[in-house]
Amino acid sequence: MALQTIYGLSWYGAEMYVGSVVSLSLVRELGPVLTSIMVGARVGSGIAAEIGSMQVTEQIDAMRALGASPIKKLVTPKILAGMITLPLLTITADIIGIFGGMIIAIFELEIDRVFYLNSVLTTIKISDLISGTGKTVFFGFLIAVIGCYFGLRTSGGTKGVGHSTTMTVVTVSILILISDFFLTKLFLILF
Amino acid sequence: MSKVIIEFKDVYKSFNGLLVHNGISLSIFEGEIMSLLGGSGSGKSVLLKELIGLIKPDKGIIMLMNENVHQMREDDLFKLREHVGMLFQSSALFDSLTVFENIAYPLREHFKLTEKEIKEVVEEKLQLVGLIGIENKMPAELSGGMKKRVGLARAFATEPEIILYDEPTTGLDPITAQRINELIIELRKKLGITAIVVTHDLHCVKTVSDRIAMLYEGKIVAIGTWEELKSSNIQTVKEFISGNICV
Repeated sequence: MALQTIYGLSWYGAEMYVGSVVSLSLVRELGPVLTSIMVGARVGSGIAAEIGSMQVTEQIDAMRALGASPIKKLVTPKILAGMITLPLLTITADIIGIFGGMIIAIFELEIDRVFYLNSVLTTIKISDLISGTGKTVFFGFLIAVIGCYFGLRTSGGTKGVGHSTTMTVVTVSILILISDFFLTKLFLILF
Repeated sequence: MSKVIIEFKDVYKSFNGLLVHNGISLSIFEGEIMSLLGGSGSGKSVLLKELIGLIKPDKGIIMLMNENVHQMREDDLFKLREHVGMLFQSSALFDSLTVFENIAYPLREHFKLTEKEIKEVVEEKLQLVGLIGIENKMPAELSGGMKKRVGLARAFATEPEIILYDEPTTGLDPITAQRINELIIELRKKLGITAIVVTHDLHCVKTVSDRIAMLYEGKIVAIGTWEELKSSNIQTVKEFISGNICV
């Protein structure tokens, strides 16, 4: 991304702004969306496969028969985990992305490390961080809910588990992209 | 055996247009062992799941311990299920938990016991099904028969008033199957547990049942003791019994 930015900015002789552009795009948009889609594909499908397998092997029925609610025991913890961990993962991805951009900027443009970091710190505001990570709380909720929904609806043996997994990845990816637009609008209004 | 503890009243159920229950009515008395016979796909297991509210019938009333199962709130239904244990056809052990944790699961859900008390109960139940020293194994490490016996231990871990056995002896060697049959009878004798046994194993039916109900084309076509069914004039019953067993 830093490479592409340098290429684009070079048309206007503005390569020095690479730190600002990279950090702003990462924190506000690319970090949250790319991390969420990756987690959605990996964790969402994992949730659907796990709960789907439990469904087709009667483990969900057994849980209910033993007096436990699958919603309380399986779904709620996964939703909470998604809502807590995805923002943390996104912040990690943002930091790694910004430092990756710095390495490219140093080697490609021979930009000073301190200058790059200064431009990042002066560009990024608290509202950018809230906007970026705030969205991922919702994305984390979305991933867990969709994974659990398709998992619990699984039928038809192992073929059904595969179908649920695929449906989860497709649905999560589409809904993240659609909801990202509305959440971005919302955060632009709020901040 | 006087009080009716389970009652199906004119129950209908279909899946994707296929009629599975076509007006089933059946009463089961307290302390009775009732076996359900019928061909594969005749809806025997569905009937068990309807009884504890896992599947909703299209029409009809199901009474369990004087409660209308399908008009209860989910929370009340969970409480009612404290009184019922179920052995699933596929054992349905939680594959992310050890054998110990599987059997301890209903104990932790329903009672406030100390770890020591839970350990004692789990060991006692495992001993009853002839499995000792496998507490720390995962379900994936067990044979089909062992899984079935662990499932059975889990079903009666809380010593419920009613136990539903879905194919309790399928996949077991004859000695273990006989042990399970004896256990079903023993549980009734000691604790007065009412049981519904869904099975194809006619030896099991003959050994454990007080009464037997036969399902055919979505209806109960015959009900009675083993001797009564054996002397039945109904063609389906005669064929089912004579075609499967040498007695």
